[in-house]
Amino acid sequence: MGAMDTVTAETVGHLLRELAPQVLGVVARRHGDFAAAEDAVQDALIAAAAQWPADGVPENPRGWLHHVAVRRLTDHVRSEMARRRREEAVAGEPWAEWAFVPPPDAEVDPERDDTLLLLFMCCHPALTPSSAIALTLRAVGGLTTAEIASAFLVPEATMAQRISRAKQSIRASGVAFREPTPAERAERLRAVLHVLYLIFNEGYTSSGGAALQRPDLSSEAIRLTRAVHALVPDDAEVAGLLALMLLTDARRGARTGPAGELIPLDAQDRTRWDRALIAEGVALVSAALARGVVGPYQLQAAIAAVHDEAPRAEDTDWPQILALYDVLGGMSDNPMVALNRAIAAAMVHGPAVGLELLAALDDDARLRGHHRLDAVRAHLLERAGDRAGAIAHYRAAAERTASVPERDYLLLRAARMRDGEAGA
Amino acid sequence: MKYMLMMHAPRGTGEYQIGSWAPEDLQAHIRFMQQFNQQLGAAGEFVDAQGLTPPAQARLVRAGADGTPVTDGPFAEAKEFLAGFWIIDVDGPERAYELAARVSAAPGPGGAPLNMPIEVRPVMSAPLVEV
Repeated sequence: MGAMDTVTAETVGHLLRELAPQVLGVVARRHGDFAAAEDAVQDALIAAAAQWPADGVPENPRGWLHHVAVRRLTDHVRSEMARRRREEAVAGEPWAEWAFVPPPDAEVDPERDDTLLLLFMCCHPALTPSSAIALTLRAVGGLTTAEIASAFLVPEATMAQRISRAKQSIRASGVAFREPTPAERAERLRAVLHVLYLIFNEGYTSSGGAALQRPDLSSEAIRLTRAVHALVPDDAEVAGLLALMLLTDARRGARTGPAGELIPLDAQDRTRWDRALIAEGVALVSAALARGVVGPYQLQAAIAAVHDEAPRAEDTDWPQILALYDVLGGMSDNPMVALNRAIAAAMVHGPAVGLELLAALDDDARLRGHHRLDAVRAHLLERAGDRAGAIAHYRAAAERTASVPERDYLLLRAARMRDGEAGA
Repeated sequence: MKYMLMMHAPRGTGEYQIGSWAPEDLQAHIRFMQQFNQQLGAAGEFVDAQGLTPPAQARLVRAGADGTPVTDGPFAEAKEFLAGFWIIDVDGPERAYELAARVSAAPGPGGAPLNMPIEVRPVMSAPLVEV
């Protein structure tokens, strides 16, 4: 192993995240046991994170990780065999060493990219969303358990258990580490996109100003979605999701004020939006839509693009947004889409039309008690000039949201309206 | 979603005066709580758990005129007191209620379930929504 340039822990971290799925793919393929392979690769990543910043990055970092992971896995297999032998001595059961010996696999190609295969595994429908998110970030994202735990503000031991249980579920469900059948593939890819979308949304959590070292989950989700897009460039929904993330992330710098307070879309300083991300997102979604297989992520990306392309809030092409929500609403019966469509309708046809659409949503059990319904109604009542109604619904929404910055925003909005009323 | 489970113990009734329990009942209760915490950890749902000292050590503190602490209490008249709490990270409210019910049934004298009231409150930690 040759000596190399000294590098920062951050550079090593980036490199390890790139290499993690490649190494895991090869190890899991060769040894068949995904759960044990994943533990072994995690050990190798932790060893590299400790050694490389001090000793330098080895000439063949991927080979180094593979070597260490296989050595860990071999140790694991040996101790597993010893355990079985002890049990056999007690129970008199025959033990089969061959069960732990990796089958000779001539088809292992160290250059192939198993990222997608790993994602199919980690986002398997048998897992709960929180388990799938944790396992994806570790096995495919190459994050350490400690980093994932800090991102979700739970103890490291809790996150370790969550990941280990996720792998038990995968083992119990009997999913093999192989390409899903063509019949399963579309559904499994949809599950992957949903998990990536959830990771992206988690990144929106306000840090609360704490100086904690929390990995940036939105950037991590974008990185993983980019990887999927590179592997299946012809899938319009993958491109749509990537575009949606870029077009949303472009507004990140303008979305919150200096103290982490929420700044609504119409009050954001648009000069702070990231033009490069917007251009990339617009190009992606335009190309995807041109293919003609329109899906929900593409439509949401198209809506985000319309917002991002308006130089001022009042320049927003609301008729276009309303038309896009009409198509989106026709694809699935999603009450959140119906809620957003009511906002667009109010912007085009006036608040009375929007409020009428909201009234129809009052009976939807999925929205009952949801703060978004109150928040949207408050905004529309404010636009309609019903101050008392708007204040009441802002307050109701503030009582129901579980987000501190959103609660503060809603309460302030109600308080300002109340003061305006007193002064009028 | 994170939830706080708050264990409220009614004060002054015999079955909650844990110090007067038979040793084996006390041990069973402690073992139950330890196992409950272990199960939360094993399920990947544990965030934090703390027991609080009895209300005899509680003080109410207010800032005095110059900002110095002015203490008051303990108060013997309160009907219930917070005996301890858990913070859990679970997939939804149903799971939080299920866990709360389990801890509510912690064993008391003679091993009978205490059926303590457990207050379940969501912790404000939802992602920000752009409006």
